[in-house]
Amino acid sequence: MSVRILTVEDDERIRTAVSLALQEEGWEVEETSNGEDALASFSRQPSDVVLIDIMLPGIDGFEVCRKIRRLGDVPIVMVTARSDSHDVVAGLEAGADDYLRKPFDPKELSARVRALLRRSKTIGTTTNFLFDQLEIIADEGMVRVNGREVHLTRTEFKLLIELATSSGKVLSREDLLERVWGYDYFGDSRLVDVHVRRLRTKVEMDPANPKYVVTVRGMGYKLQTQF
Amino acid sequence: MSNEKHDQTETRSSKLKLGLRTRISLFFAVGGLLVSIGLSGATLVLTRQQLIDSRETAASAFASTNATRLSNQLTPDSSVEDLPSIVDSMTKIEGSQRLIRIGTHWLPSQELDRDDIPENILERVTELKAGQLRAEINGKTRLVLGIPLQVFDAAYFAIVDLTDLEETLDDLSIILFGAGTGVTSLAALLGWWISRRTLRPLRNVREAAEAIAGGRLDTRLIRQSDPDLDRLSESFNEMARALEERIHRDARFASEVSHELRSPLTTLKASVGVLESRKNELSKRSQTALDLLSRDLERFNRLVSELLEISGYDAGAASLELEEVNVAQFIQAATRNDTSISYMLPARADSLVINVDKRRLARALSNLIDNAHRYGNGPTVIEVSTNENSIEIAVEDAGPGISTEERKIIFDRFSRGSSSGQRGDDGGTGLGLSLVQEDVRLHGGKVWVENLKATESETGSRFVIELPTTKEEL
Repeated sequence: MSVRILTVEDDERIRTAVSLALQEEGWEVEETSNGEDALASFSRQPSDVVLIDIMLPGIDGFEVCRKIRRLGDVPIVMVTARSDSHDVVAGLEAGADDYLRKPFDPKELSARVRALLRRSKTIGTTTNFLFDQLEIIADEGMVRVNGREVHLTRTEFKLLIELATSSGKVLSREDLLERVWGYDYFGDSRLVDVHVRRLRTKVEMDPANPKYVVTVRGMGYKLQTQF
Repeated sequence: MSNEKHDQTETRSSKLKLGLRTRISLFFAVGGLLVSIGLSGATLVLTRQQLIDSRETAASAFASTNATRLSNQLTPDSSVEDLPSIVDSMTKIEGSQRLIRIGTHWLPSQELDRDDIPENILERVTELKAGQLRAEINGKTRLVLGIPLQVFDAAYFAIVDLTDLEETLDDLSIILFGAGTGVTSLAALLGWWISRRTLRPLRNVREAAEAIAGGRLDTRLIRQSDPDLDRLSESFNEMARALEERIHRDARFASEVSHELRSPLTTLKASVGVLESRKNELSKRSQTALDLLSRDLERFNRLVSELLEISGYDAGAASLELEEVNVAQFIQAATRNDTSISYMLPARADSLVINVDKRRLARALSNLIDNAHRYGNGPTVIEVSTNENSIEIAVEDAGPGISTEERKIIFDRFSRGSSSGQRGDDGGTGLGLSLVQEDVRLHGGKVWVENLKATESETGSRFVIELPTTKEEL
């Protein structure tokens, strides 16, 4: 079964050109020009990846992102045309897994989509982990805190697994960017920071004073193994 | 450019040297000095005249009284031997002495005798005229009065000491000198204080201008309750408001242009990407055209993104996103495509963490390395060194070096090295180095270029980025 990609972009020329480029990779593309159509289309038939432009007529890209995120943990890529960093952080906080800045290279877009699809399929380990009240059942893709199941997106789950398998060692932002997103050293470390923040709101009792996913100043993040 | 301007200001200021406040203080001090000199001089001259006049009047009155008394008591038979008893009955004043001549005989005083009396007085008295004269006798200023006694062949001389007058005048000049010094200093202080008060509005203007230059565009001068100064602050505020509006308009323009240019570029890149992936379906001519299109699209893309970045700086919209960066990892990652570079890192480089905007610093370093590839036969050495409050990252190449004139303008926009040949051959946009400068400046650091003199025949350039660091970081 072929991969389906849902794109939301109000500029017709960009939409058509990007569709052509994605189709070159052998993927099926569902084009929509506004948020309402995109949500309707996704409800009718969920896609494998969603590509959302932030500046949209009607409901904006952030809102589309939040609504789709509520419907499932499909990988979402945000597209921004602005250079300020506010849009990027807001997009990631709305639930996007990754972002691209216009004008992007179609090869870069394909690489991002492939990385997200890979993340969807592989988990990388079948070992289960138990850190105090945090339980990770890797082969079922399930996480329990205090016996209650919490729902993580695939990116959040992958991030948690990477921290868990490094067995208490500190991972730098650059390490995590490479292992989870497939970026090189110069990837945007805000991806890591925002995702860690989101992960904490789900697995920590008190996200402001994390017990499991802790920050090591000047070095990065680690999963606390000793309690 | 900025260097030249700086030089000009320096020459101008070295010509004037003194600040306005110093000059005003100096002006007041000189004024005070002149007034004190004038007043003291006049006081001294007038006092002296008056003192001497009154002393002379007193002395001549006393001398003529004594001369009359002497004349009354003398008889034609009187000789010098009779004189002391007459002299005893005569009036005396402090510091006065008398000499008396009868015939050819002289009655000297305790200190002086005939030889001490000035010739002109003797001559006048011989001519039977009274006379008086100020003269220096035995090292003292004295008043000499001579009165001939016409009835007898005799004369009375009074010599009055004026030394005490001189002493009084000396004391007075010391007092006047002290007062003059005081007045001069007071005048200088007054000038300093007045200039300080007068220049306070100017200082406010300076501070406001500095604040605006530092990016606080909403700075305004507070209205003073002075009609003269209000016109200054009104004009200044008007200028600041116009400037702020203009900068904000530019920033909006940059942001709008950014959006407008990015959309068509996205379409172009996606479309060219599709054509590239189907390149072998195209004819030879179309392939050549596509190559041209791709290459110039890339250049255009880069130019647009750098222009937008620069306009972001100009509009004051650029901001730092600081994060902790491990220096050794950063340098290695930034130069991973250049295998021929040798590194000179400080001993603790592996644990050296600095707080920087990773994206901007990476771009700055990559632009320097690009520059070395384009104009310097490729980068040879990357050297990192740390000082007390700064870190230096230097990129060296083995190229032809850069002339002094070129070094001045190399960081200017669209200024490319003369050795780069014709525009368009090198793929550079002409903005790379000015972006380096802006990125480094935003960090509060600086960037410069120096020439390396490895050997006589072979030179190279060394671009240095210096960033400030805190103690905590190193």
